[in-house]
Amino acid sequence: MGPIGENEFFFLMQGLKWTVLLAIVGFIGGGIFGILIALLRTSKTKVARRITAGFIGVFQGTPLLMQLFVVYYGVALLGIEVNAWIAVAIAFTLHASAFLGEIWRGSIEAVPKGQTEAANALGLHYVSRMKDVILPQALKISMPATIGFLVQLIKGTSLAAIVGFIELTRAGQIISNQTYRPLLVFGIVGAIYFIICWPLSHAGSGLEKRMAKAAR
Amino acid sequence: MLNTANDQPTLISLEDVQKWYGAFHALKSISLSVRKGEKIVLCGPSGSGKSTLIRCINALETIEEGKIVVEGQVLDGSTKSIDAIRREVGMVFQSFNLFPHMTVLQNCTLAPMRVRGTSHTDAERLARKYLERVRILDQAEKYPAQLSGGQQQRVAIARALCMEPKVMLFDEPTSALDPEMVKEVLDTMIGLARDGMTMICVTHEMGFARQVADRVIFMASGEIVEEAEPEVFFKSPKHQRTKTFLGEILAHH
Ligand SMILES: Nc1ncnc2c1ncn2[C@@H]1O[C@H](COP(=O)(O)OP(=O)(O)OP(=O)(O)O)[C@@H](O)[C@H]1O
Ligand SMILES: [Mg+2]
Repeated sequence: MGPIGENEFFFLMQGLKWTVLLAIVGFIGGGIFGILIALLRTSKTKVARRITAGFIGVFQGTPLLMQLFVVYYGVALLGIEVNAWIAVAIAFTLHASAFLGEIWRGSIEAVPKGQTEAANALGLHYVSRMKDVILPQALKISMPATIGFLVQLIKGTSLAAIVGFIELTRAGQIISNQTYRPLLVFGIVGAIYFIICWPLSHAGSGLEKRMAKAAR
Repeated sequence: MLNTANDQPTLISLEDVQKWYGAFHALKSISLSVRKGEKIVLCGPSGSGKSTLIRCINALETIEEGKIVVEGQVLDGSTKSIDAIRREVGMVFQSFNLFPHMTVLQNCTLAPMRVRGTSHTDAERLARKYLERVRILDQAEKYPAQLSGGQQQRVAIARALCMEPKVMLFDEPTSALDPEMVKEVLDTMIGLARDGMTMICVTHEMGFARQVADRVIFMASGEIVEEAEPEVFFKSPKHQRTKTFLGEILAHH
């Protein structure tokens, strides 16, 4: 058994850096495309609603692991030379945009109809109606679910190891193999995930409780 | 009656308007013309199509047949005609529909800035003027949830006035209010009527109708059954359905 020293810890931190970066990229990319998906999903155009419903269905109905594989090898098949980082970022963005799109579709539809009617009666056009009136309320409604998904996404980044990505979990596995101290190493890895995810979950459920109280 | 307005030009006209919700015939051959400065009270039993009628005027609902003209603009379903009409027509809803994430002032400045391109400074000046007029300027920085129902409805009236409409539509503006708040909203509406605003009000406040209306229109089952000046309407209604309806609401009030 080897010791867990500064080097090992530094290696884990390198892994953590990629975990956090992946989650951030997935969340930002997924956020941008997710808004688009949600808007198309609630639009008047039937084709747009159908296509986005299909997109959401596919990404919610298949494992993230498989999505990573398909994008990773699919991009290679297209003959485009990309590194693992880009491929994984694309996969997480697609995955997150489907989930966030669906969450936000629900919250857009949860904004009372009277809000759209009042905006229409005032003569506000689609862009202003969405940007100024509907989306601010929808995003607030969606906060607990959005944070919940972010937590899932952070934990889900561990799957990127499968295509050779050394994020936190994979880094832990490597250190564990070197030091033969799996329990200690994965204890540390688990604690790191917990330190990041628990406050988020806590904030999310706190928000949910406060909103439930305000709605009463 | 404040204004018979017989010599005034027509502001709104509906000709033979038909509206269906699926197989349900919600408006049956509605014809109506409203002159500038006229105040119309629209009443009738629940489900008779009162809301549907006034919501067709500002294109919140589409019509299947007939013609609606507001200030010379034919409502033909095009974005251009809808925009033109909504600029002239303000609406106040039963449930206020204020934007809860904006302050009272922001509620009032949004549409003038976005629709008319008014500058922020001018929009605020306008908003303060109309908030003052509905006597709620002191609450300008508050959020809707911090106000009483009556105050919220007065803000909603001010918000609509900020677009400086030629016509105001009211859809049961006092029915969601606690009784002690009804008066402040009615008083605001009476003030508006005195200043010469053209108004179509769906309401069962018969005192208001007597005091303000030039005409009272009674609807049932999607049709205009009877219309008359308030004096005549209340004293000697012609149709049996009108009599029954008046009997019911007068018993309640
Ligand atoms: N979106 C809709 N889809 C289907 N039917 C509708 C819709 N809106 C209204 N209706 C029907 O049309 C009829 C007229 O409705 P409307 O809301 O205009 O009545 P109202 O006279 O305003 O009644 P109330 O006094 O209850 O407000 C009702 O029978 C109602 O059920
Ligand atoms: Mg109604």
